[in-house]
This record gives sequence, C-alpha cells and structure tokens, in this order.
Amino acid sequence: MTAETGTFVLKKGLAQMLKGGVIMDVVTPEHAKIAEDAGAVAVMALERVPADIRADGGVARMSDPELILKIMDTVTIPVMAKARIGHFVEAQILEALGVDYVDESEVLTPADTEHHINKHNFKIPFVCGARNLGEALRRIGEGAAMIRTKGEAGTGDVVEAVRHARRVFGDIRHLMTLPEEEVMAFARDLGAPYALVMETRELGCLPVVNFAAGGIATPADAALMMRLGVDGVFVGSGIFKSGDPAKRAAAIVKAVTHYKDAKILGEVSRNLGEPMVGRQVSAIPESELMANRGW
Amino acid sequence: MKIGVLALQGDFLEHQKILESLSVAIKQVRLSADLNGLDGLIIPGGESTTIGKLAVDFGLMDPLRTFAQDHAVWGTCAGSILISKDARRVQPLLEIMNIKVDRNAFGRQVDSFEIDLEIPALEKVSQENPPFHAIFIRAPLIEDVGSSVKVLAKLPNGKIVAAQQEKWLATSFHPELTTDDRFHRYFLEMIR
Repeated sequence: MTAETGTFVLKKGLAQMLKGGVIMDVVTPEHAKIAEDAGAVAVMALERVPADIRADGGVARMSDPELILKIMDTVTIPVMAKARIGHFVEAQILEALGVDYVDESEVLTPADTEHHINKHNFKIPFVCGARNLGEALRRIGEGAAMIRTKGEAGTGDVVEAVRHARRVFGDIRHLMTLPEEEVMAFARDLGAPYALVMETRELGCLPVVNFAAGGIATPADAALMMRLGVDGVFVGSGIFKSGDPAKRAAAIVKAVTHYKDAKILGEVSRNLGEPMVGRQVSAIPESELMANRGW
Repeated sequence: MKIGVLALQGDFLEHQKILESLSVAIKQVRLSADLNGLDGLIIPGGESTTIGKLAVDFGLMDPLRTFAQDHAVWGTCAGSILISKDARRVQPLLEIMNIKVDRNAFGRQVDSFEIDLEIPALEKVSQENPPFHAIFIRAPLIEDVGSSVKVLAKLPNGKIVAAQQEKWLATSFHPELTTDDRFHRYFLEMIR
C-alpha cells in the first residue's frame, strides 16, 4: 500500500474540485483575502492584472516569488501562478514554491514561439489557454490537466471568450457526427493527437475540465459562459478593476452557481457599482492581441 | 429512492454520474426547496469555503441541518468538512457529524496522493471486498471522532480518513473520481 503523488488523476482531479467556481486574479494578499471571502475557489497570484499589463506594455514575466508566497500564506484556497509560454524554468520555480496550479499563459510575454512547456515532467498541474479543439488537445497532449478558453484578457469584452468556447464545443459536436473513418483526417486538420481526438469523441467532451477566461466582467458574462457549457470561469481584471471588487466578486460567484436562474442573476447584478472600463477587442490592433500567442 | 447532490460548487456531476449508473433518481440541490422529497444527500468535493458561503447566502444552512436530522448525508472531502462539528478554523459548518477535521492536513496540491485502502465495512456491498483505491486531493484529515462515530478507514499511519455516525458518512477522499461504486452502494444501503 504505497502512495502515489503527481499522477494525472490527481492533477486533473484538483480542477474537478474547482468546477462550478470562480478563479480570481489577485495582485496583493489583501486582494486574495477579498477573493476568498467572496467565495473564490482559487486565486491567480500575479503582479499586474492583464488590463495593466496591456496598458503598461513591456515584457510581462512570472511574478516575484515573494508575492506568490505571501498570497499562499494568506488564503486556504488553492493558489495558481503564471509562467510564460515555453518558460519551463519559471514553471520549475513555481513548482518549487509549491503553488497548486501553473497557468502557462499567453497573458505573459511568450518565452518560446515554437514550443510550449512539456508539462508531463512536473508533479504540479498546468492549465493552458485554447481557442479551438485542436489547440486544447495539443496542450493536453503536452500534459495540461485543465483548459481555459483564451478569450482576450484585460479587455472586459467577453466576445472572444464566447467565440473560443463556441468554437471548442462546436468542434466537439462536429467530431461526434463523423463516421469513424473520417476521424483521422479531422485530427490531421485540427493538428491534434489522434488518441486524444478519439477520447474526446468517446467522452463527448474534453478529457479535462474546461473553464472560460478572457474578458469576463459581469455576473451575466459569467453565467453566459456557463450556459455555453464551460465548467467554471476565470475573472482577471474584471473584479479588481471595478468600482466595488468585493461585491462584484461575490455576485459573480453566485452567478456561476445559479447560472440558469435569470431571477437570481437579476438579483445579484443589482447595484454592483462601476464595471471595469473595458476596451472593445475589435478596436485593438491584431499585433496586440494576446490570444494569438501560442499555437 | 431519490438522492440529492448539493450543487453549489464542486464535483457534483461526478457523484451524479455514479448514482445514475446505479439507476438512482437524483436531484441537484441549489435552493432549500430542492430538498423536498429527497431520501438522502451527498455533499461533494470542492472548496469548503465557497460551498459554505453559498449555503449561507442562499439560506441553506438551517434547511440542511433539519434535513440531516432524519435523512442520510454523505460528505466527500470538502463535504466532510462541511458536515463536521469542528474544522479548527472559522468557516460555516453544518455541524452534523461528531467529528473534528483538519483542513488541507496533507499540505498543498504537490502532496495530493492516491493509495489503496482496506475498508472492511464495504463487505456489506462487496463479498470479495478488494482494497479501495482512494484519491486524496488537498484532503482534510479526520482528526478526532466522537464516541458514537465508527471509523471506517485509516491510512497506513493510522490517520482516520472515513467515518460513519448512524446515517451520516464522511470520507476525506473522492470515491466519485473512480469507477468503483462500492461507497455509493454502501451509502444507498444506509438509506434502505
């Protein structure tokens, strides 16, 4: 009777415990406490929320370990942190710090334009962004234990999160209708590992938990994403760039639980103060879009 | 028979799937009215602080306590924290079972583990009763049990990870993440 650690079941299992919940970006231990008190299932510890990264420009890197450790000391819920795409040393540092999940994230400046991190080599789990089924299955093939839509972070515009969620679920619906002999060509066109395409087809959904992220700013946005079929939501800039973060955070948590109940959604959406200002994705130059980072 | 699965947050669908495979009618419970007509309730894994806060905000704490007085309730992981009397910290608890738990007793995710456990009580639903593959994810430990509580499973180091008090059941691990339905059948037997 020996215990096993770091297995894929355990990595994927933690994401299963986060389902139906909200993961919030926090930049200070005080934010982390507000998020926990509001009912967040986990926090993402980072130095700047995506809206500020977007505004500041420059290179965005892994956060200072000191900040991450302080946040880990402050809350009892899981703490996630971001590493740059392909930057496996940042990920090793986060693993050594003991964070509960690494987000290999397009919100940070990519360290590698060709290759993502080989996530099988780690004992801690990874979440990665995806815009479609092929991208999601490539990340799972590399060892990701959780997927999130990329959306367009730091905008407060939910349009890209919707596009990516519809695309992932649409791809899966299409896959389910194919005769089996057409699956290989489908996998080739997707650029996805055949075995994972077959597994997805058998399950009728991704083989790992699938959250929405990138542009969610209101309880209604969160409920919309749940209605499209995701398992939970990440809210980045949408909370701490709003007028009343504690109230908005608690409202989004309630909206994700009662996402089908428009009456409750109406109740929780009342008097939340100013939402984050936001920026229309369609007004952002192509070269500044974060979702295009990674492949 | 109809079983409720508390669906405020967490892996309630995993419980639902196993119950459905056992041909049991289920209901997702989000509001107190959902408890009407149920024969038992499962509180799933998830984040106990989130589930507790939502239960408070939507007025479920007292209805859940009243329900537990004459119905079977089973908590897995976060659920076992919520039904405990004491979790060594301030957070909303249902205080149904006379157990004291230590939340995140094993550490962080990197310390999560899988292990086979001998669980003699499962003989009731399984003649051969092979070891049960238990999955512990940032799991709580049952630190102490009251006199009326029966210990069902221990780790090799003697720490308690499953317990039963009359019609209430607590497991630190996640039978719903496996394909082994013995714990679910054991819970159904408790109700029958």
